[in-house]
Amino acid sequence: MLETFFNWDIIKAAWPILLAGLGNTVLLSLVVVPLGLFGGLILSVLAGVRNPWVRWPLMAWVDFFRAFPPLVLLIFLYAGSPFVGVQLSGFLCVCIAFFLNTGAYYGEILRAGIESVPSGQIDAARSTGLGRLQTMGYVVLPQAVRNVLPDLLSNTLEVIKLTSLGSVVAMPELLFQARQAQSVTYNPTPIVLAALVYFVMLWPLVRLLSRLENRAVARA
Amino acid sequence: MSNWERFIDTFFNAQVMARYLPDILYGTLITIQLAALVIASGLVAGLALALLRSLGLRPVNLLIVFTVDLFRALPPLVIIVFIYFGLPTAGISPSSFVSTWLSLTLVLMAFSEEIFWAGIISIPKGQWEAARSTGLSYGQALLNVVLPQALRLTIPPLTNRTIAITKGTALGSVVALSEILGMASSAVSNSYNPSPLTLGAAAYVILFFPMVVLGRWLETRMRWKR
Repeated sequence: MLETFFNWDIIKAAWPILLAGLGNTVLLSLVVVPLGLFGGLILSVLAGVRNPWVRWPLMAWVDFFRAFPPLVLLIFLYAGSPFVGVQLSGFLCVCIAFFLNTGAYYGEILRAGIESVPSGQIDAARSTGLGRLQTMGYVVLPQAVRNVLPDLLSNTLEVIKLTSLGSVVAMPELLFQARQAQSVTYNPTPIVLAALVYFVMLWPLVRLLSRLENRAVARA
Repeated sequence: MSNWERFIDTFFNAQVMARYLPDILYGTLITIQLAALVIASGLVAGLALALLRSLGLRPVNLLIVFTVDLFRALPPLVIIVFIYFGLPTAGISPSSFVSTWLSLTLVLMAFSEEIFWAGIISIPKGQWEAARSTGLSYGQALLNVVLPQALRLTIPPLTNRTIAITKGTALGSVVALSEILGMASSAVSNSYNPSPLTLGAAAYVILFFPMVVLGRWLETRMRWKR
């Protein structure tokens, strides 16, 4: 059993390959998390606009991308782009897909956060002479982010896990490298190792989230 | 042909769509079956674990927490790939349907256990004590007093999480499951036209958009009264 799933020789051989994959997973996460946050920030600030011509299309946009499986979006971009005459790289497709998909999720979370800030805060900030943007940036957003921090972290965990989809469009991240190593060695050890790496990397975040969630429930 | 016509001809080619519509419908059927199975088994397993945890047996609880943490930390695609490509080496060869179902069930089990557990511990101790003092047994108190209140709190987060995990059925296409995305992708390579993918995308939107709207409605409807 150990010989099959945790073969020491294969671990030694596959480790450098997986390490390169881990590096790419970390880099990819460092690109797509800020990208998603940026998309979400735009959506959540726009959600404050009262005009129904802005409000309803925005809500439809968010719900559309929450309903759409990210893998389908990714494949659509990757397989569809050659037909309009450009082959988008796997990396670019992942960036666009994550901007749209995780942007919608972050947007919903940030919107809830912004709505949780009492309107008196905005009135007070405006009356001290701050502009609309200044009020948003210095008064509303810092409080909003603090109020929904557990949700933001929870979504970030999901985004990091989701970078494994990059393997489908041949991005050399952790899962892709593990599958390469597995198909060369005919042994599942590299996949077990990759799973272990994901777990070790993300367990602290899961523990932290679990504590934050329990505390939120205890307070309510 | 103008650019616009060429675009329509490429992504919304009626002929290609008509030819592959039966395939996509078949894929939709597989997706619905898989999604229904995942939701049923994942939620039942999650609730069972949460109830088991409420008994307060320390070694059992440590094991539950570890299992839940494990399946919250691992990307679903990694679990699917392990079950489908890894287990056969040990002599067990689950089909692509079973691999996808099992993986998503484990993930939904982990997330729903956390949510059910949060719901159970959010019920004030007084409710337990009052129920037990009227002569209800532990099981009766749990079933008739605590769970009905706890479940109400869990419905909105549970709905959103369930939708997010159920969308993962598309991951089955990676292990050659002929669900919507798998059918659409092979249709694209057969017809050398991306219209089947447009059709598949539409199928996903028709399936999941109402669920997302339902989730949003439940969220506002059942918001915690403070």
